[in-house]
Amino acid sequence: MIAYLGRRLIQSVLILLGISLITFALLYLLPADPVRQIAGRSATPATVESIRRQLGLDQPFLVQYGRYLWNLLHGDLGRSYIQRSEVAQLIVARLPATLLLMVGAIVCELAIGLTMGVVAAVRRGSNTDQSLMVASFIGVSAPQFVVGLLLLYVFAVRLSWFPIGGYGTYSHLVLPSLTVGILGAGWYARMMRSSMIDVLRQDYIRTARAKGLARVTVLMRHALPNAILPIIAMIGIDIGILMGGIVVVESVFGWPGIGQLVWQAIQRVDIPIIMGVTLVSAFAIVLGNFLADIIAPFIDPRIKLR
Amino acid sequence: MSSPVAPELPVQESPITRPRPGVLRKLAQRPLALIGLVIVALVVGGALLAPWLTNFGPNDQTFDGLTLSGEPLPPNATFWLGTDLLGRDLFTRILYGARTSLIIGIVANGIALLIGTLVGVIAGYFRGWVGSVLMRFTDLMMAFPALLLAICLAAVFQPSLWIVALVIALVNWVQTARVMYTQTSSLAEREFIDAERTIGAGSPRILFRHILPHLLPTIIVWGTLGISTTVLLEATLSYLGIGVQPPTPSWGNIIFENQTYFQAAPWLVFFPGIAILALALAFNLIGDALRDILDPTQQGR
Repeated sequence: MIAYLGRRLIQSVLILLGISLITFALLYLLPADPVRQIAGRSATPATVESIRRQLGLDQPFLVQYGRYLWNLLHGDLGRSYIQRSEVAQLIVARLPATLLLMVGAIVCELAIGLTMGVVAAVRRGSNTDQSLMVASFIGVSAPQFVVGLLLLYVFAVRLSWFPIGGYGTYSHLVLPSLTVGILGAGWYARMMRSSMIDVLRQDYIRTARAKGLARVTVLMRHALPNAILPIIAMIGIDIGILMGGIVVVESVFGWPGIGQLVWQAIQRVDIPIIMGVTLVSAFAIVLGNFLADIIAPFIDPRIKLR
Repeated sequence: MSSPVAPELPVQESPITRPRPGVLRKLAQRPLALIGLVIVALVVGGALLAPWLTNFGPNDQTFDGLTLSGEPLPPNATFWLGTDLLGRDLFTRILYGARTSLIIGIVANGIALLIGTLVGVIAGYFRGWVGSVLMRFTDLMMAFPALLLAICLAAVFQPSLWIVALVIALVNWVQTARVMYTQTSSLAEREFIDAERTIGAGSPRILFRHILPHLLPTIIVWGTLGISTTVLLEATLSYLGIGVQPPTPSWGNIIFENQTYFQAAPWLVFFPGIAILALALAFNLIGDALRDILDPTQQGR
């Protein structure tokens, strides 16, 4: 167990290192010149050169990357080129909004997805099952920006139930969470359905029915807890999907999270912010996978960690 | 990144059925897959016949395409789906946009499938340090925030249709590689492959005569499901303004161009949005049905 953890930990660090190298290389190759962005259009070539030297951007690639890693090791993500403040601070300031959105999204996708999955499994083969599975397909096929814009139009513009965008109260949270959650709900509905069908086939469910328990009791007390367990570990892996949606959803709803931060940074070639947010997202994904792997044997004792 | 159930459980036996001519008929017998096929046929037909289906060109700004105060028109008899902010016919732009989506869907997904299969098969068959390096790299790519990577890539290269296809392919091969790796490595250990080796068959013969045919069902299933992912990613990139560039119509950039006005003219988001959803849904439905038909291990799910 300890050896396994150690090896997975080293693997995770290597993955993050690789991601930092690839991202750094990509941004180094950018045709847009960050120095020009900082200096402005009217800057003289001399000013441009002095800014370039100041930022160390005249150095060879490996020197720049080495220095970035060295600083990263000391918890320093560098300074934003344009916003004139520490990247770490900018990210920390935006992170709560993104985390809140992710929690909202997870609540939505679990509530919708698990319910759909259970109902479909119980009524397996019926029209209800069919319609729910079609709905789950629509959920995973719907582009998030379209879902977001449509929800915004119906529930904010037309019905005025929720604010049109922004951040602050719980009612601001509903539409963005739902937008991110619908995609995941589709996946969870399918996974929950097949997990539930597997459980309902087991002998102990037949025993429970045979000893005269009510259908509801069998479902709630015996089937559901066992069917949900394998799904729990999926939440860790899900973080990657959630992270993928934040840039789009935050820009549709004007949600002030790290998705907006990085999107603005990309448009202004603010490389330290792009690096920082990419690494933070990758860290979240790696952490999620790591946790999912660790939890797995507790959920299913047949799985042994090697 | 290994999935949580991967470590100790035996690797799933790979499917042995080969796709037979009857696949299309079996597909048509399933109502959901049939809906998918019809949608794909409609979109392909619309894309190919676009010039004959509409009286406008995709970039025609007609005289009567805007109201007197310069607002886009809602759906009416002349402009079936209304007009956009520049007074162009939305129906026409959606028809021509289908070309973009299909080209990207086929090209990007084709490249992704090729890279994924190549990486997965090489890593799964030859193992050794080559296999380890390839799979570690795949693990790394799995942990990459995909959309961020696509955005960075799209920003590095100046986006054109082909570049967007390439960017999407570079992001999307990872899942395929994982699946192909698992399948190939379990195939490579089967007795009939050993038997081939004993009678002196070389690697190329084993790979092309025995491994690839067995992988074909998986390739077909993932290839179909992949088109859906590709279409969605193209739409998203174009919606952010870093995908296919206007004036070339794409369903994503139609929404990008018009979204400032969508509160007053929701059809400008609604119709292209439905088009994206329908095409992605169609390939998901077909892919899922294909998995049921071609993969006996999944039967009854």
